Amino acid sequence: MGMAEVMDTSIFGLLPQLPNDQPTNQTLTMVHWTDEERQAITSIWAEVNVEEAGHQALTRVLVVYPWTQRYFSTFGNVSNATAIAGNHMVRAHGKRVVVALGDAIKNLDNVKATYAKLSELHSEKLHVDPENFRLLGETLIISLAAQFGAAFTPDIQAAWQKLMAVVTAALSKQYY
Amino acid sequence: MTLTAADKAHVKAIWSKAGGKAEEIGAEALGRMLEVFPQTKTYFSHYADLSVKSSQVRTHGKKIIDAITSAVNHIDDITGTLSSLSTLHANTLRVDPANFKLLSHTILVVLALYFPAEFTPEVHLACDKFLARVSHVLADKYR
Repeated sequence: MGMAEVMDTSIFGLLPQLPNDQPTNQTLTMVHWTDEERQAITSIWAEVNVEEAGHQALTRVLVVYPWTQRYFSTFGNVSNATAIAGNHMVRAHGKRVVVALGDAIKNLDNVKATYAKLSELHSEKLHVDPENFRLLGETLIISLAAQFGAAFTPDIQAAWQKLMAVVTAALSKQYY
Repeated sequence: MTLTAADKAHVKAIWSKAGGKAEEIGAEALGRMLEVFPQTKTYFSHYADLSVKSSQVRTHGKKIIDAITSAVNHIDDITGTLSSLSTLHANTLRVDPANFKLLSHTILVVLALYFPAEFTPEVHLACDKFLARVSHVLADKYR
């Protein structure tokens, strides 16, 4: 399954009441993970240094897509790559983000519910454009490729890309 | 988003290593794109094997990397260098330009994978801009 197949669940709210023997609304909208995908995710996760991965990914977002710095005006100096890489607040925030990713990984069968409050926070309080979730997902994949090298096989990459798409969709869910 | 002198230097530096592994890197980038974004397979329905190991994928991957190498070598005239490829994509191949982003992403993943020490955030930035420029040139004649 690729990114394009992760379902936007909003259309299912429009279905009429189904008879009892039909799959429920929830089953229809659940993300299906194969055993291989779960294995790909958990085996890599077991080797990830949460603080380092978070730091790498967030640093790359701020450097590669500098307009994202708009969300970090209270973080002090984020004006160039060296400043960003050495910034303690960036490091702490990167860690926080990847720790939260761990919650999704522990709840693969219900990422949407797991991230409901976080989604609301990003929409209502932080006012973060959901495009940024996609950007962070991409840079995290790239950071993992750099850390794991050939062990980050195409199959494993595909599982992680799917995870990033699911996380992005869940974080975007409460926006209106 | 214009390529600065620093961007050009970063791209040339990392590509001097990548260009020498054109077939490997091309196969990985193309193969990963086909696996991670299965909708891209629609352009390769004539291939028997779409995996990274496939000889067709290796050959085509090398072709792509070699074309990018020539753009790197003429980084001040990407438009001119890729002109005939641009015509080919517009008139014959007609690959939806949305897919250029997908291949660009997997190229970046493969560069990070093969050259973790060299693929610093600044080099990543430069390559992202460069590949966006290449994609833009390739789509330029579409309409």
